[in-house]
Amino acid sequence: MSDLLLIFTDYTLRNVALGSAMLGMVGGVLGVFAVLRRQSLLGDVLAHAALPGICLAFILTGAKAPLILLVGGGLAGWLAAWLVLAVLRHSRLPEDSALGVMLSSFFGFGVALLTFIQHSNNASQAGLDQYIFGQAATIVASDVLNFTVLGGLALLTVGLFYKEFKLLAFDPAYAHSLGLPVRGLNTLLTSLTVLAVMVGLQTVGVVLMAAMLIAPAAAARQWTDRLSHMIGLSALFGAMAGVSGALISATRENLPTGPLVVLSMSAILLVSLFFAPLRGLVWDWARTQLHRHRVRLERLLLDAHVLHAHGTLTPQALAERRREPVAVALQNLEALRSLGWVQEHPQGFILTPTGEQKAHELEQAMRVLPHRVEGSS
Amino acid sequence: MNADLVIILTAILVSTASALVGSFLVLRRMALLSDAISHAVLPGIVLAYWLSGGERATLPALLGAAAAGLATVVLVEWLTRTGRVKNDAAIGIVFPALFSLGVLAVSLFFRNVHLDMDAVLYGEIAYAPFNTLSLWGREVPESWLVMGSLTLLNLLFVLLFYKELKLATFDPGLAATLGFAPGALYYGLMTLVSFTSVGAFQSVGAILIVAFLIIPPATAYLLTQRLPVMLALAVGVGVVSSLAGYALAIWLDASIAGMMATVAGLCFALAFLFSPVEGYLTTRLRRERQRLEVAARLLVAHLAHHSQPVPEQEVLEEFGWNPRFLGQVREKALQAGWLEVVREGLRPTARGLAMSSARLELNP
Repeated sequence: MSDLLLIFTDYTLRNVALGSAMLGMVGGVLGVFAVLRRQSLLGDVLAHAALPGICLAFILTGAKAPLILLVGGGLAGWLAAWLVLAVLRHSRLPEDSALGVMLSSFFGFGVALLTFIQHSNNASQAGLDQYIFGQAATIVASDVLNFTVLGGLALLTVGLFYKEFKLLAFDPAYAHSLGLPVRGLNTLLTSLTVLAVMVGLQTVGVVLMAAMLIAPAAAARQWTDRLSHMIGLSALFGAMAGVSGALISATRENLPTGPLVVLSMSAILLVSLFFAPLRGLVWDWARTQLHRHRVRLERLLLDAHVLHAHGTLTPQALAERRREPVAVALQNLEALRSLGWVQEHPQGFILTPTGEQKAHELEQAMRVLPHRVEGSS
Repeated sequence: MNADLVIILTAILVSTASALVGSFLVLRRMALLSDAISHAVLPGIVLAYWLSGGERATLPALLGAAAAGLATVVLVEWLTRTGRVKNDAAIGIVFPALFSLGVLAVSLFFRNVHLDMDAVLYGEIAYAPFNTLSLWGREVPESWLVMGSLTLLNLLFVLLFYKELKLATFDPGLAATLGFAPGALYYGLMTLVSFTSVGAFQSVGAILIVAFLIIPPATAYLLTQRLPVMLALAVGVGVVSSLAGYALAIWLDASIAGMMATVAGLCFALAFLFSPVEGYLTTRLRRERQRLEVAARLLVAHLAHHSQPVPEQEVLEEFGWNPRFLGQVREKALQAGWLEVVREGLRPTARGLAMSSARLELNP
């Protein structure tokens, strides 16, 4: 609890937490569109491709002003995205290979530039390579302001074009037929993603930026089927991960913030995957078990019904029919009795009127089984 | 031992080993899984480092990497199979998480040891000459041994299972029907990718391994449609990138691995623009030539209907062409010997008349 209070009192921690939260929020919102459009890994490519742009901006201006470096990085990321599209349009190279080629060649070039700068003994270069890991601990108030302005701009744009982006995410062909400038909108969305990635670079760094776009959206997807809710949840999850990552890393020395933000996000994702209502894997599993149990009992009743019709519903007969030990057959009959479907009788068991009725219903259902199963499942 | 030679040969071995397995990743549309694996080997290496008691031994590292690589593959498949997350998103979720675990472990437990993050991310092939092992009384660079064995291993894998790999890559359904155990082959391939990643870790680093695994095969993919040719070309591009990248790095005093990846990227750009099969510029040039050819045939066929030579002005009005285009078309027809220019205008030659009266062949 005292750690939680630190967020209000400790200047550094407050900046770090605010910056990370802002990143999580912007990444979360834009990630929704990336994930829905199956462009999840574009963020990863953009983040890697930004490095040469950052280095070139530094070489050209000689200054380490964050905004200038971010503009350089953004331009490089944008160029890489454009090249991926060009390669996809004009060759038969699969999409993932095109992404991989741009990611690694841009990054390789960036690393080369980075060492080139380092070897040129430029005194002010120190810290440039922190864009690779991100250095959340060094976020200061002016960075938070930058993030907020840039992120706010991105979020505002999403708000303005919400209807168009929604259509683009779910039915681009329809959007096109409505006369929407699909290509322009695509470019706008990509540019916004570039913006989000640039904001994230300083916090979680190149390598981990991918997660901050994908994981919040993937987690939010588990809770809802509505785009607006998904965007809200994704932003919330991203911000939560940002703040908790910052808090955890403040509890001890040598705990890097970026990886902790990502791991917090992974934890949120896992919880969502397993426990979200409707789509949660745990509920799914439970439902399957319940369903299995019901089907087992119904089969049992049908077997009992057949034997009953021949007047031989005894544990022995049931055991023989179902190829199971008599003891199991007895248990089964007991289960049916507890449901009120059979009752004891001098010659063994008989079906109760409820059981009779139920068995009849099941048989009726099975006669039209193929249709019923498809329709009801 | 000559330091240049050690570095260059190491780079060639890394790129060859990577190209051999990377080609199948590209063909199977799993290129980005290699990105995931190369990041995920980090926790594997940390684990091995810890298990082997702080030694930087090769064998535990290989085992740790294989475990981490397979864990990546299994996790991605599991996530995809739950149906809750698409495949690309699954990749983008799994590897940052594993990588974060690795980074966290390094900063918590191995802060001041050799396993520093710079080396992990970029690697430093320039150190290759300093790590040597004594073998039969001779000092041999460790990287030669490690990468040499891995190259050999990958080569053997490709040669021994060539038929199976080919079938499983292009027709997994048929491969399964024939009982080729595509699953085993798949995990075998992923194990080798993990091995190669960790083997190259010290030399080129986590992220640049991806460059060696993907770029040369992708370049070769643009240049040929035949698997053996693609494998050979991928190895060739890797070797060229290693050599030229090293030279450039020395010249510019920049990261060797980074420069090699840059050169590989340039090779890809060249293949994309100039590939004889489907290069961007080659295709455009071919289209332009075909357009002129068709226009020239059209022009000659049109002239053949006139008994008199037709003035160029009339042709321009007839076809709605601009003078520059007509000039190009005329040039084309002149070259083919279908046309002659007389004072009154354009007139078909005997050859041109024969051509236009022959059935129009659409595929010359």
